[in-house]
Amino acid sequence: MSWETVIGLEVHCQLGTRTKLFCGCPTGSFGQPANRFICPVCTGQPGVLPVLNRAAVELAFQAAMALECRLAERSVFARKNYFYPDLPKGYQVSQYELPFSRDGKLAIADKTVRIHRIHMEEDAGKLLHAIGSEELPYSLVDFNRAGVPLIEIVSEADMRTAEEAFDYLTNLKAVLQFGGISHCDMEKGELRCDANVSIRRPDAAFGTRVEIKNLNSFRAVRDAIVHEAARQAGVLEGGGTVVQETRLWDVAANRTEPMRSKEEAHDYRYFPEPDLVPLVAEEAWVARLRAGLPELPAARKARFMAEFGLSDYDSGVMTAERPLADYFERVVSVAGRPAAKAAANWVQSDFMARVKAEKADLAAVPVTPEMLAEVVTMVVSGKISGKAGKEVFARAWETGKKPAELVAELGLTQVSDEGELRAWVDAALDGNPKAAADVRAGKEAAIGSLVGAVMKLSRGKANPALVNRLIKEKLAS
Amino acid sequence: MSALTELSARALADGVRKGEFTARAVADAHLARVAAVDPKVQAFLKVLGAEAMAAAEAVDAKRAAGKPLGSLAGVPVALKDNICLTGAQTSCASRILEGYAAPYDATVTERLKAADAVILGKTNMDEFAMGSSTENSAYFPTRNPWDLERVPGGSSGGSAAAVAAGMAPLALGSDTGGSIRQPGALCGIVGLKPTYGAVSRYGLVAFASSLDQIGPLARSADDAALALSVIGGHDPKDSTSLPGPARDYLAESAGDLKGLRLGLPREYLESGLEPDMRRALDASLDALKARGAVVRDVGMPHTRYALSVYYIIAPSEASSNLSRFDGVRFGPRKTGPGGSLLELYEESRGAGFGPEVKRRIMLGAYALSSGYYDAYYLKAQKVRTLIKADFDAAFGEVDLLVTPTTPGPAFRFGEKTDDPLQMYLSDVFTLPCNLAGVGGVSVPAGLSASGLPLGVQFMARSGEDHLLVRAARAVEEAGLFKGAPAL
Repeated sequence: MSWETVIGLEVHCQLGTRTKLFCGCPTGSFGQPANRFICPVCTGQPGVLPVLNRAAVELAFQAAMALECRLAERSVFARKNYFYPDLPKGYQVSQYELPFSRDGKLAIADKTVRIHRIHMEEDAGKLLHAIGSEELPYSLVDFNRAGVPLIEIVSEADMRTAEEAFDYLTNLKAVLQFGGISHCDMEKGELRCDANVSIRRPDAAFGTRVEIKNLNSFRAVRDAIVHEAARQAGVLEGGGTVVQETRLWDVAANRTEPMRSKEEAHDYRYFPEPDLVPLVAEEAWVARLRAGLPELPAARKARFMAEFGLSDYDSGVMTAERPLADYFERVVSVAGRPAAKAAANWVQSDFMARVKAEKADLAAVPVTPEMLAEVVTMVVSGKISGKAGKEVFARAWETGKKPAELVAELGLTQVSDEGELRAWVDAALDGNPKAAADVRAGKEAAIGSLVGAVMKLSRGKANPALVNRLIKEKLAS
Repeated sequence: MSALTELSARALADGVRKGEFTARAVADAHLARVAAVDPKVQAFLKVLGAEAMAAAEAVDAKRAAGKPLGSLAGVPVALKDNICLTGAQTSCASRILEGYAAPYDATVTERLKAADAVILGKTNMDEFAMGSSTENSAYFPTRNPWDLERVPGGSSGGSAAAVAAGMAPLALGSDTGGSIRQPGALCGIVGLKPTYGAVSRYGLVAFASSLDQIGPLARSADDAALALSVIGGHDPKDSTSLPGPARDYLAESAGDLKGLRLGLPREYLESGLEPDMRRALDASLDALKARGAVVRDVGMPHTRYALSVYYIIAPSEASSNLSRFDGVRFGPRKTGPGGSLLELYEESRGAGFGPEVKRRIMLGAYALSSGYYDAYYLKAQKVRTLIKADFDAAFGEVDLLVTPTTPGPAFRFGEKTDDPLQMYLSDVFTLPCNLAGVGGVSVPAGLSASGLPLGVQFMARSGEDHLLVRAARAVEEAGLFKGAPAL
């Protein structure tokens, strides 16, 4: 009899605010020198008090709305007490018994995953255990991240395969990005995931669950679940029992390892944070937030199909990620709706290939949406050939120059002047008598080599559609 | 005492503003007084002589430039050492913060500076404000200026002693369960704990966040009123701070008492009072009655649970608030032989905290721990709600509650140190006020047979601290309390 894997995910997501949850320090510290974005509040100096960031609360509520959660009229912050050098106050301000939202849902391929709860909390700092090549006899702590606003999204144990978990994360990320709630950049720690995994015989009660941490990518989540489920099956089939514990995913070794039990033996001594008053969500404020919630991925995909005439597939690709959808929509807004299909093709082919190859940030690509729109427009209008368009795009990416400038500079303007084209056609027919004869004899396919010859003579500048017609006319006469 | 050190804060500010004397002369006189008597009293952990002189000179320069001066122009103020002042030691009288210089000003400190006050120094206290005698200071005990063999009370004992001994006309303390009012009573001065949220806690090193409140200690109700108007009012940095600006308490201190209803809570008097204390209380009531107030008994049935509730809630919050003192970012760091992180915590905290602080951290961690939370912390919160309800009910019938501030006058050093419960009981009259979040004031109301000050306490509805000032001033005007400590 086979085993069924039962999976629940806990996702920490950084809210896209300018400043931290309880002080005015900036949040954008990734890659910045340590301890640059700190103040008495986020380093837990004696005597400081937290002041709740309204923007963070708004984004948190919008996240809950996007995930169709029930919103609490009154929620309470709580202190989670534990000692660790990256935790400046010796407690983390979080929410415990009364979170601001519960009971949401998220659709994945062919099912709906229920969301148990979402709560707000502050991030901790970061320990730097070794500097340079030599191990130091101490650790250093960087408080840049301390106090950064997070939401923790806890799913129900509704997923049954690693693929479902992968889909859940993919869709969750899309919802959070499209909702303008978070950039969800895992590399910057803006999205983090822990997985609770157990196995059981189908229809049996849930098995003992194991929490897996240190999952640094969606792929790691998927791989870790597969391996952990197999490990648990091995334990049970060998007559053993699964121990409830926290395990760490070792991506290099491709297996989970138990975390030292000392590190997880916590009694967090939660109690309501006395330095903050309960958070009361007024109806009018909630309504305003709901009205201001940006378009979510499913709605945007449907709109791209309806407004731009994209196929289901193309629309799905264009709305896979918020930055891509934004980029695409900007291209269309400049190039015009009739060019939308062509724009989608350009974005999927040359553009994405380049972005992937260079791991480029969509917000800072050298070819702006306006520039790509220019390329698309020139190709669609026949000003340049598709081939020339590819060259212009590539050069624009490398140099940042305007496409029109590049077309002029490279002499790529497509020749559509019939007089000029006829000269090339005549030369091509003269140079390829066999192909010409074939076409005359009715072998339509042979026309390709004649067109190719014209393109060669014109160094790619001849308008191929026109050339095609002119050859046919010439040979038919 | 020179004449300047006998003047009230109000008179000093008036004099400086009018140019009758300079702020420099005022600071000089008070620093001289500190130099003369503090070796005996030991009220200050740190005297900021040079800084005070510079601040006083700045006030004089401001006046010379024709700029308007604030309401505490040139008034020397002593700060309890749990209130942050940029660049100055803020040790909370604990070893674990030895050498810690605050990187920012508390809101009250900012407001004092903005009112042109001159900060004289940081005063001694029970470590992290935990205690009622200032014997829990990790550095040295402060002595009561009225009798150097006795405690000044606590935890704001240094602030109370400094004011009583004429070293400062005004001091700030903090009150979590009586820590302003009790030393005020024992040192024969006015100690005012404002309504919770009336004064910003930003920059007050937290003991028990839901109970802590900063307030003034002064030799008169009017000076306390003046100080409260300066430090009070909404602060966006404190989410628990009440909306709106501070009232003009000084303008309200002389208000009418006619028809003011005073309540005498039976439960506070059940166990019987020492005859001296009874006399002081009765005399105060008579004085107020003579001014048109009416007195009646009220029942506050949950009062007897206040001590137990307090000693669950305050330590619970403290156990969390004091977690940040871990040897990582500030304070002396100690390491163990194994060099482990756990040892760093154990050694730093073990060496840094005194026994009373450790006792309360243990109590609080226990009350919050899984399996005990419901029985202790949660239950205590429920009873706290009942205690608040007692106050609400009483304030439906009366405007002010009147009680003794303490069971008796200042006690001798060591008298209560061996038995923590005895020490805790010295705050039995002042604790309920903090649990309810209302304001309270202690005003000197007589001397014991042994010649020591006795205080009575008034408590008012939330946000009606002006009534406290008014009642305290009326008691003062009755002349029940005379004299000054002989130093």
